[in-house]
Amino acid sequence: MSDTLSGLLTIGVLVVALVVVHVPLGNWMAKVFTDERHWRPERIFYRLARVDPSSEQGWRSYALAVLAFSAVSIVFLFLLIALQGVLPLARGAAMHLDTALNTAVSFVTNTNWQSYAGESGASPVVQTMGLTVQNFVSAAVGLAVAIALVRGLARSGSATIGNFWVDLVRGVIRVLLPIAVVSAVMLMLGGVISNLSEPTTITTVSGGHQVIQGGLVASQEAIKELGTNGGGYFNANSAHPFENPNYLTNLLEIFLILVIPFSLPRTYGVLVGDRRQGFAVAGLMAALWGIMVTVITWSEVHAAAGPIGAMEGKEVRFGPWASSLFAASTTGTSTGAVDSMHESYSALGGGGALFSMLLGEISPGGVGTGLYGALLIAILTVFISGLMVGRTPEILGKSIGRREITLTALALLVMPALVLVFTGIGLVLPTVRAQMFASGPHGLTEVMYAYTSASNNNGSAFAGFSADAPYTNLTLALCMLLGRFVPIVLVLGLAGSLVAQRRRPGTAGTLPTHSPTFVGLLVGIALVVTGLTFFPALALGPLAEALS
Amino acid sequence: MTPTTDSDSPGSSTATLLRQMAATLPQAFVKLDPRHVWRSPVVFVVWVGSLLTTVFAVVSPSWFAWLITVWLWATVLFANLAEAVAEGRGKAQAATLRATRTDTVAHRRGSGGVIEEVSAAELTVGDLVIVSPGEVIPGDGDVVEGMATVDESAITGESAPVIRESGGDRCAVTGGTTVLSDGIVVKVTTRTGEGFIDRMIALVEGAARQKTPNEIALTILLTTLTMIFLLAVMALQPLAIYSGAAQTPIVLIALLVCLIPTTIGALLSAIGIAGMDRLVQRNVLAMSGRAVEAAGDVSTLLLDKTGTITFGNRRATELITAPDLAGDEITRAAYLSSLADETPEGRSIVELAAIALSDDDRRQLDEMPSQGAEFVAFTAQTRMSGIDLPSGAAVRKGAADSVASWVHDNGGQVPRGVLTDVDTIASSGGTPLVVASREPGQAPRALGVVHLKDVVKPGMKERFAQLRAMGIKTVMITGDNPLTAKSIAAEAGVDDYLAEATPEDKMALIRQEQEGGRLVAMTGDGTNDAPALAQSDVGVAMNTGTSAAKEAANMVDLDSDPTKLIDIVSIGKQLLITRGALTTFSIANDIAKYFAIIPAMFVVLFPGLMTLNIMGLSTPKSAVLSAVIFNAVVIIALIPLSLRGVRYGPSSSSALLRRNILLYGVGGVIAPFIGIKLIDLVVSHLPL
Repeated sequence: MSDTLSGLLTIGVLVVALVVVHVPLGNWMAKVFTDERHWRPERIFYRLARVDPSSEQGWRSYALAVLAFSAVSIVFLFLLIALQGVLPLARGAAMHLDTALNTAVSFVTNTNWQSYAGESGASPVVQTMGLTVQNFVSAAVGLAVAIALVRGLARSGSATIGNFWVDLVRGVIRVLLPIAVVSAVMLMLGGVISNLSEPTTITTVSGGHQVIQGGLVASQEAIKELGTNGGGYFNANSAHPFENPNYLTNLLEIFLILVIPFSLPRTYGVLVGDRRQGFAVAGLMAALWGIMVTVITWSEVHAAAGPIGAMEGKEVRFGPWASSLFAASTTGTSTGAVDSMHESYSALGGGGALFSMLLGEISPGGVGTGLYGALLIAILTVFISGLMVGRTPEILGKSIGRREITLTALALLVMPALVLVFTGIGLVLPTVRAQMFASGPHGLTEVMYAYTSASNNNGSAFAGFSADAPYTNLTLALCMLLGRFVPIVLVLGLAGSLVAQRRRPGTAGTLPTHSPTFVGLLVGIALVVTGLTFFPALALGPLAEALS
Repeated sequence: MTPTTDSDSPGSSTATLLRQMAATLPQAFVKLDPRHVWRSPVVFVVWVGSLLTTVFAVVSPSWFAWLITVWLWATVLFANLAEAVAEGRGKAQAATLRATRTDTVAHRRGSGGVIEEVSAAELTVGDLVIVSPGEVIPGDGDVVEGMATVDESAITGESAPVIRESGGDRCAVTGGTTVLSDGIVVKVTTRTGEGFIDRMIALVEGAARQKTPNEIALTILLTTLTMIFLLAVMALQPLAIYSGAAQTPIVLIALLVCLIPTTIGALLSAIGIAGMDRLVQRNVLAMSGRAVEAAGDVSTLLLDKTGTITFGNRRATELITAPDLAGDEITRAAYLSSLADETPEGRSIVELAAIALSDDDRRQLDEMPSQGAEFVAFTAQTRMSGIDLPSGAAVRKGAADSVASWVHDNGGQVPRGVLTDVDTIASSGGTPLVVASREPGQAPRALGVVHLKDVVKPGMKERFAQLRAMGIKTVMITGDNPLTAKSIAAEAGVDDYLAEATPEDKMALIRQEQEGGRLVAMTGDGTNDAPALAQSDVGVAMNTGTSAAKEAANMVDLDSDPTKLIDIVSIGKQLLITRGALTTFSIANDIAKYFAIIPAMFVVLFPGLMTLNIMGLSTPKSAVLSAVIFNAVVIIALIPLSLRGVRYGPSSSSALLRRNILLYGVGGVIAPFIGIKLIDLVVSHLPL
């Protein structure tokens, strides 16, 4: 079978699987977040945490709960990492304090940027008690915020947007855990390891010595992809054969990365009582994802580096097609897991991975973050195009006035501001320039990629850039924090302001937000806004490299 | 102020506009004051940029630096010019109005009936003033005694005088208008300086103009975009330094100005002022820009039946002959009986019958009254009218039962067929009048039935269909019984009706619509309309109405034409569309500007970037300058559009969206590629 055929077939299988699964999963999630009853294990948690699950929160209270929970998580994770040396199963793993802080922030913000080397930086205790736990709850936080925004659109004239603790617990127990368990077993069957063995030292063919680490990999691998986290057990992430042994596990991992983000539009459509609205959002996500897959794959396959395309930094068992598919999916979802090294991609391919993140993680975006990011774009689009039909812009009968556009615009401003400011500063700081691996346009891309990855809570890296130094650890942590929580607070504020509005009935004069024209507009606005913001920077990085 | 029905006429001729621009140019310079420029964040950024380039140009002068500087200042100037031209039109109207507001002498009637002469400025609310023919009414108020014809042309532009009388809904008078005949006593209701004309002057001058909610929201978006581009350009310098191609501040400022949405930023306030102005040209005075915007959002229109949907009077539409009779008998009888009937219904019967009569017949009938015929006038008791001829013959027309009893009382019979016709007409919502006649010495006979009905104005059905296409529901409000209301509603094509409506019903309907999330617009003129006018989102008071109604409304129609509500909605929509279209255009323009400037900045360092110079601009400097010039010139080019408003015809939102995206989105992407290239062809000959 030719590479092209097998590549297209892979994409086809993936798309069919997503199309089939998004309906039941989307419906299930809609049911989860509207269910009146509480499951027994959930009740135990509520009693322990002294939370009244039947009381709802206004947006301020909801946002405070998100922030408090995340702050406590960061402190706990930081202490766990800092103290891992005195905890059991330490196995010599250690991190500097700035690396520890960076890591704590990274996992709580669902970024999973790893300044440390996976297997040697974090002990199994930190991996399972700290990182894996955050893999679940940080994804559930994103899910909760997205659902809160959807409630803002779905409810009419209400004061509350749900209960954060209920949303968080249900997200973990009813959505993430069951799928993670099933997929962990499937990954194990596919060959992903899961043990607590001591490191084994082996002698390689060429006579060198290599330490082989064991670990509870399969369970972490499942939620790493499913929760769009991306923090690998091993430094090599999904390129490592223990994490991702073969072509099928690779496809399964890509599917896990995409499945919740692509199902959430369905949930949205069901919750607002108009499935077509969900199709429109899914249309935006799918179009952007399709464009990025095409650009990256085309560029990798046609790069002159090897007979079957650019193979540097790619695993032979995956090849350019599956690697590019993984790259577009992981950068488009704020996952950041990698099965190939993006630094080694062709200029346009690597630039594509960068652009995919710069879109603001909406293709299809992370768990929850993708949906609220896409809805922000929808509100921006409605505002501009709504005026063009001669009415105060409105989405689902909620008008976009001064307060709503302020919150939307600010939420969309955060990421570009962080990326541009810190990339600019980084490139003139000698200390950062010393950490760069490449020079010229490719070096520029390295630094920009790092700050883009952090500010978008993606976590993938242009691996040449050695980010484990105090300045970069701290600034990247700052980008992750601000890039995650400023938009979250603004989105919840938006939910609060939308939920209070009475819904206006749609008429022939209302802008339809489900038509193909509108989807086209969404894609256009997303591309143009990103393009205009980052064109100068991209011109000096990937574009300059590609055109020289 | 001359009323203009065609909004396109002012400014449509380029010459007029150029003259206006030239006349307001000094004003544009005055507006360079930073305290003024500050009000538009986008223009303010350009202003700061211009100032900085001026400094850099002075420090290290070059042709390029000075040309960029000049064109940046021109950008700010053009923005000011757009606003000044828009304001200038209002100012001319204000001047006309001001001329009418000369200091008037008022005859105040003090307690005890003493009349004293005071200046109008000394009047307080509640004072009674006597206004005699030829005098100017000193302030806004209500007529409390008497009746007069008043010349209101100063505010309405309508030269025909109107009648103002005490009591009822025609009691409000406006300061500055002139009493032509008779005399009235006016109770002053507003303080001097706060009267209608004062408010009108403030409104048309734009002095009272505040940013509307949508305008504020749009300004926030534009400010955010400006911030993003400010960051992008500021971050570019360290990137450029890293790459080894540090840029001069002038080029960076030029890039920034080209990227931020200057086009819409410059034209935004002009669009708002022009929107208000378009209403004024249609003789509608909006008390706030907010109301104009709300008009675009209206989804329910409450329209009074009488005068809006129908002509307001029942008219004869058909003469139905009783069975077994010749056709011209009823025609002659109806004509004869209505000759002296001066009511609109009577006139309409004469008109209808006249069509069927020959000239000879008519002449003969017309002469009858002068030959001793006697008219029997309509009274509430008899409910019929008619004529008694000297020969002893008589004709009667009137309510079916009244005429029937007249026939019976005199020994006659009413054929069954006539009664059936009466019922048919009544059940169709019309009013049947039975016509009967008595020949000398004979029993009276019923001749047939006149069908009177409320006639729907021509073209209403089409207008309501258009409104439906725009997503607007029309509700007819009438005092008629449900049967009549239903039939007229069906004929006019309104979506719904409210029959036997009381002011409370009207209010309840508005509340109900608003609770369903719909914005309601209505017109009204009576004092009892005031609460509903205040409750509705867009309340248009007729200028002939009471001051209570005008006070409660947020718009006043000087022509007192209720159908204008439909125009008002269109103007509101057009205002929003113009803003959205130019915002889209402005953002779409940026793509071409990047393709002009970015290769120009870095082509020396990365020759490969020449590929991006798809316009084939001659030199880097000429590319930058061409983009800056295009950016400035496009503002001037779009002033006419922002003053006139984007073309708007009623259609569905999807059709509107497609059209505007194609025109202003896709057009906005393509236009600058052509424009910048053309400018470059000229600029490349300059010694840069």
